[in-house]
Amino acid sequence: MASITLTNVSKTYPGAAAASVSDINLTIADGEFIVLVGPSGCGKSTLLRMVAGLEEISGGEVRIADRVVNRVDPADRDIAMVFQNYALYPHMTVRENMAYGLRNRKTPKPEIEARVAEAARMLELGPYLDRRPRALSGGQRQRVAMGRAVVRQPAAFLFDEPLSNLDAKLRVSMRGEIRRLQRRLGTTSLYVTHDQLEAMTLADRLVVLNAGRIEQVGTPLEIYHEPASTFVASFIGAPAMNLLDGEAAAGWLQIGPHRVARQDQPGSGPKLSGPVTLGLRAEDLIPAADGLPFRTDFVEELGAQRLVHGHVDGQPLVVSMDPSAPLAEELRLTIAPDRVHVFATDTGKRVAPAPVPGAPRPAGVPA
Amino acid sequence: MHRIRPLDHLILLCGCLFMLAPVAVAIMTSSHSAADIHVNGLSLAPGGHALDTYETVLTKRGGFTGQVTGATMAMNSLILGLGFAIGKIALSMLAAYALVYFRFRFATAMFWVIFTTLLLPLEVRIMPSYQVMSDLHLLNTYTGLIVPLLASATGTFYFRQFFKSVPDELLEAARIDGAGPVKFFFDILLPLSKTMMAAIFIIMFVYGWNQYLWPMLMTTEERFFTLMRGIKQILQVWVGSQIPDYNQAFALAVLALLPPVIVVVVFQRWFIKGLTESDK
Repeated sequence: MASITLTNVSKTYPGAAAASVSDINLTIADGEFIVLVGPSGCGKSTLLRMVAGLEEISGGEVRIADRVVNRVDPADRDIAMVFQNYALYPHMTVRENMAYGLRNRKTPKPEIEARVAEAARMLELGPYLDRRPRALSGGQRQRVAMGRAVVRQPAAFLFDEPLSNLDAKLRVSMRGEIRRLQRRLGTTSLYVTHDQLEAMTLADRLVVLNAGRIEQVGTPLEIYHEPASTFVASFIGAPAMNLLDGEAAAGWLQIGPHRVARQDQPGSGPKLSGPVTLGLRAEDLIPAADGLPFRTDFVEELGAQRLVHGHVDGQPLVVSMDPSAPLAEELRLTIAPDRVHVFATDTGKRVAPAPVPGAPRPAGVPA
Repeated sequence: MHRIRPLDHLILLCGCLFMLAPVAVAIMTSSHSAADIHVNGLSLAPGGHALDTYETVLTKRGGFTGQVTGATMAMNSLILGLGFAIGKIALSMLAAYALVYFRFRFATAMFWVIFTTLLLPLEVRIMPSYQVMSDLHLLNTYTGLIVPLLASATGTFYFRQFFKSVPDELLEAARIDGAGPVKFFFDILLPLSKTMMAAIFIIMFVYGWNQYLWPMLMTTEERFFTLMRGIKQILQVWVGSQIPDYNQAFALAVLALLPPVIVVVVFQRWFIKGLTESDK
C-alpha cells in the first residue's frame, strides 16, 4: 500500500522534437484507483511505463511510497504490472508464472505456495494451475496475469490496457472483477485505457490526457458533468457531447438565429459575448413545443434509448430520446440552462458554467 | 475431399525412388565381398557378407600407422559434429542476445559485419585460419578442429530474428519480476528458443559431421581422422594388384549416414512440434 506522486514528470524520446509527456503533476492516494484515459498517442502508456520503470524519466520526479524511484530498477519499485497481451511466460505453467517473481525475490517456498494458492482461489484459477498459458482462454490468461500481480502483494498495481484483447462481453465481466479485486485488496492502482466507458466505470478518479498533458482530473461524474474542455467533453460520455458553434449576444446563448438559453440564469457563469462553442449532451435535450428546430436524418435504436441523429441550423446534433415516443421528421428541442456547457471557441476551454465552490450543482454531481 | 490423382502419386514415387535408390544400392553393395563388387559392379540384391564387413570396418585397425579403427573415426566425427553444433548454438545465441537486447554502440553495424561473413565461406579464409591455428600449436587437437569453425553468421542471424520476434512485454514482465539479464536469458529466452535450437542443431550437426576439407588440413595424425577421411583412405589403396575394399567403403559410407539421419529424425519431430504448438 502506498501513494504515488508525480511531480513535473515529462518524457522526451531521443531525437523527437516534442515531448511525449510533459509536466504531469498528479498525486495518487493510498488505495485509490486512478484511470489514465485518452486517445492513442496521448502519452498515457508512456506515463504508466515511467511509473513502472520501463521507460526512462526525462524530467521531474516519481515517488512511490515517499521514495523517489527515478533511478530505481523496476524490480525494486514494489509494483506489479498487467500487460495488454498478458506477457505470460509461455513455457511455464500457471503456477510457475505466478511464482516466478516471488522465486526471484527468494521468498520462502511454503510462502510462495500459500500465496499462489490464495491468488488462485481468489481468481478461480485452481483447476488450471498446472496448465500452460496456451491451453487457457483469453479471460483465463487475463486472470493469470492478474494473479501474477496479486501474489507479489505490491505497493501498486499498474494496468496497461489489460482488457483490450478480450471480447466485449468478457471485457464487462473482467472489468467488474478487476474492480472487486482492487476494492478487496485496497491496493493503489494506476490503469491505462482508451475506452471511456471502462474509465468511467473503474475509476475513483479519472485523468484525461491529451497530447502528453493532463486535460482534466476528477471523479467520473465531475468529468461527465463539468468537462474542462471540448476535448474532454467529446471524449467522455456516450454518445459524445454535441459541440456546436454558437454565439453569446445580448444575454442569450444562440445557435445561428435560435436562442438556446438565457445567460443571466443562476449558475450560468459570467456574461459573455461573441462566438462560443456550446456543448449539449444528447440526454439533456428534451423535445418541447418551442425551442431549437431539429431535423431528423436517421435513427439508432439501442433498446433502452433511441439516438436520433439530425441537425440544427446545419450543424449535426444527436438527441437521446424515449424509444416509445413517436418519431417525427421535425422537432423542437429545449435544454435546461444549467446544462448548457459553454467553451471558448479558440482555446476549447470551459468558460461556463464555471464550477463555483459552494454553488448549487446540477443534480447528481458530487461535491 | 481431394480426388486421388495417379499422376501426383507417380511423381512422388519417382521422387522417393530417386532419393532412396543410391542409399539402397550402398547398403546392398556393402553386404557383398570386395572381389564380388569388383567383378559384378554395384548390386541391388543382398550379399552374404554384411555382418563381417561391418565388424571389420568398425574394429579392424588400419590406416598407415595401423592405429585407427572405424569406431575411432566415428567417434572423432561425432565429437566434431556435436562440438560444432553445440558450440555454434551457444556462441550465436549469446551474440544474438547481445545484439538484440543490449543497446551498445554500432550494434547494427556489428550485426552487418557478422552477417557479411555469411558471404565468405571457410575456403576463403582457410589459409589465415590455418596459420592462426598453427601458431597457437592447435594442429592435431580437437580444439583446433572445432573452434575456428564456431563463429557462425547463420546461427547469429537466425537467433537474432527469433529474439526480435519475442514480444518486448515478456522482457518487461521479467524485469518487473526481478529477473536480471542472466536470469532472463536462462529462465525465459533459452526455453523459448528450444525449437530454434533444434532446427539449428540439425543444420550444424550435419554440416560439422560432413566437414572434409578443414579436418584434412588440421589433422595429420591418424587418431584424429574422421569418417569422411576414412572412406577416402580406403579407396586410395591402389597398391599393386590389390583390390580396393569397396565393401568396406560402402559400409563406412552407410555408417557415416546414420548419425545425421538419427539427428534429423529426432530433432525434426521436436522442431515440427514446436512450430505447430508455438504461441507467444
